[in-house]
Amino acid sequence: MASFLLRRILIALLSIIGASIVLYAVLALAPGDVFGELVSNPGIPPDVIANMREKLGLDQPIHIRYVNWAMAMLQGDWGYSLVNRVDVGQLIVQRIPATLMVVGTAQILALAIALPVGVLAAMRPYSLFDQIASTLAFIGFSLPTFFTGLLFILLFSITLDWLPFIYRSDLEQTGGAWIWAQLRQSIMPVTVLALFQAASWTRYVRSSVLEVIKLDYVVTARSKGLPERVVILKHVLRNALIPVVTMVALELPVIFGGAIVTEQIFRVPGIGSLLISSIMANDTPVIMAVTFVFACLVILFNLIADLLYRWLDPRIKLQ
Amino acid sequence: MTGTPLLEIQDLHTSFRTDGGTVRSVRGVSLTVAKGETVALVGESGCGKSVTAHSVLKLIPMPPGEITAGRILWQGRDLVPLPPREMNRIRAREIAIIFQEPMTALNPVYSVGEQIAEVVRLQMRLGRRAAMDRAVEMLDLVGIPDARRRVGDFPHQFSGGMRQRVMIAMALSCEPQLLIADEPTTALDVTIQAQILDLLEEMKERLGMAILLITHDMGVVAEAAQRAVVMYAGRVIEEGAVDRLFTEPAHPYTRGLIRSIPRLDGGLGRHGRLQTIPGSIPSQYADPAGCHFAPRCPLAQADCLAAQPAMSGPDPDHLYACFHSPLEAPAP
Repeated sequence: MASFLLRRILIALLSIIGASIVLYAVLALAPGDVFGELVSNPGIPPDVIANMREKLGLDQPIHIRYVNWAMAMLQGDWGYSLVNRVDVGQLIVQRIPATLMVVGTAQILALAIALPVGVLAAMRPYSLFDQIASTLAFIGFSLPTFFTGLLFILLFSITLDWLPFIYRSDLEQTGGAWIWAQLRQSIMPVTVLALFQAASWTRYVRSSVLEVIKLDYVVTARSKGLPERVVILKHVLRNALIPVVTMVALELPVIFGGAIVTEQIFRVPGIGSLLISSIMANDTPVIMAVTFVFACLVILFNLIADLLYRWLDPRIKLQ
Repeated sequence: MTGTPLLEIQDLHTSFRTDGGTVRSVRGVSLTVAKGETVALVGESGCGKSVTAHSVLKLIPMPPGEITAGRILWQGRDLVPLPPREMNRIRAREIAIIFQEPMTALNPVYSVGEQIAEVVRLQMRLGRRAAMDRAVEMLDLVGIPDARRRVGDFPHQFSGGMRQRVMIAMALSCEPQLLIADEPTTALDVTIQAQILDLLEEMKERLGMAILLITHDMGVVAEAAQRAVVMYAGRVIEEGAVDRLFTEPAHPYTRGLIRSIPRLDGGLGRHGRLQTIPGSIPSQYADPAGCHFAPRCPLAQADCLAAQPAMSGPDPDHLYACFHSPLEAPAP
């Protein structure tokens, strides 16, 4: 176990280094930087711009710049946002609560819907429940969030005027009123995201359970006289969850990475919208930090998925 | 047939609804198993023998499967209308089953000990520790070396034969009165087959249980069973004591089966080849009025296509479903 963990962590570290190199290279090769506008402004002499570049170290070759960035990163210095004029780390810390609140809740909700619905649908395939669940799931993941999001806004905010369509992380209310306002503004983005995610996960859970439920050892479990509930929860679900874990684990980084489109539609001031606005503004340090954090999360959740596998499936332990 | 019947299947019909139509897998099977005896249910693939066996414990997937008619009397009590809760009390505790594929019949994510202990906890109401001790005891009994240490191992750490032993340990852990063995040796090497049959025999002696042995292997029938029931296309076509069935098979299908067994004494057919039964089994959707074997039968006459022969025979211990047997049978 210890050697597995050590090896796995080593691979994760190498992956993180690799990811950071690729990200840094791509961003460095991308056209334009934060001085893009200054260059085209005739009022600023070129040597001033050159001076500014030199001051920021932008005149150095790319590998030196990468090493500088990496060394700073290791010391906890995430860089400085040239557009927002604030430390990148501080910027990210500001944005995380909103994302965690909206996307995190949505993913948990999606899982809470997808697991029971998928299992129940698979227990009685082609039954009325399964048909309804499958139809809704198809509709669910056929409708992109930017469409359902706008539809929701149109219906619940504009026509009915029940819910606010802008998500604010700086609500003035306190106490009970704050909770109420938070709830009201979260309903739409959380629902839109959760339904979309739940739709695809439901299909996934259903097909996975359906595959396991017809296996011989499930008949063995039934032949022991176990109640159907135990057969499903103990003998079917644990095996069926093995492939589901991969998929969920790979999508969970989104909780921190933000749901870019949905955040944009509901004006959720989260990580996703930070990334979009930084790309628009060519704010390279922020883009680098956000994408790098995202890469780290993907790698981290992969590691978690691997560990979960070993818990779910004892066959892996020997290999 | 001696003793009171433990299990009595009366005119069982089991069907499966499929997209292509209804498959009538079992079309009126009747058989009895007495206390302590081994009955072999013989037939080729697709003849309905496994479906019959699974119907007894109601392990066929429902839907699409359905027991459409007949009774399954377990010690006089009909299992067919029994609700799941009642059925679950009979499973494992009174009637246990082992399957063909030991490689897939055990759940890969639980230790063998846990899988045995699970049924013991449920059916014998033992506590965790006592159930695990029982699992060790059973593993030891079925000949797993070093059972105490291996109880925590997972199925993939055992070979096929060992896994079948684990299955047997699990099935017998609650001391059932009847063990349904659904082709228990088919997936195993020949040497392991003999060991498993010996083990079943030993367990039968020790626990005094009856065995309903499903097989397509006449060699297994000869070795393990006292009585045999031969099925063809969903129906029983002959039944009787195993020694009689081998020496004087009455139904042309049974003769064909017995003639197709390779023999060491060179009892091969005319051309030094194994004899086969010409043709193949009828489609599962087919529903002819007459005898299902008629199209392949050397004795078939017009009346065979008109009506289904009933089980009969001069001796009540040896019955067969054929209009023209054995008198008109050609010499082998």
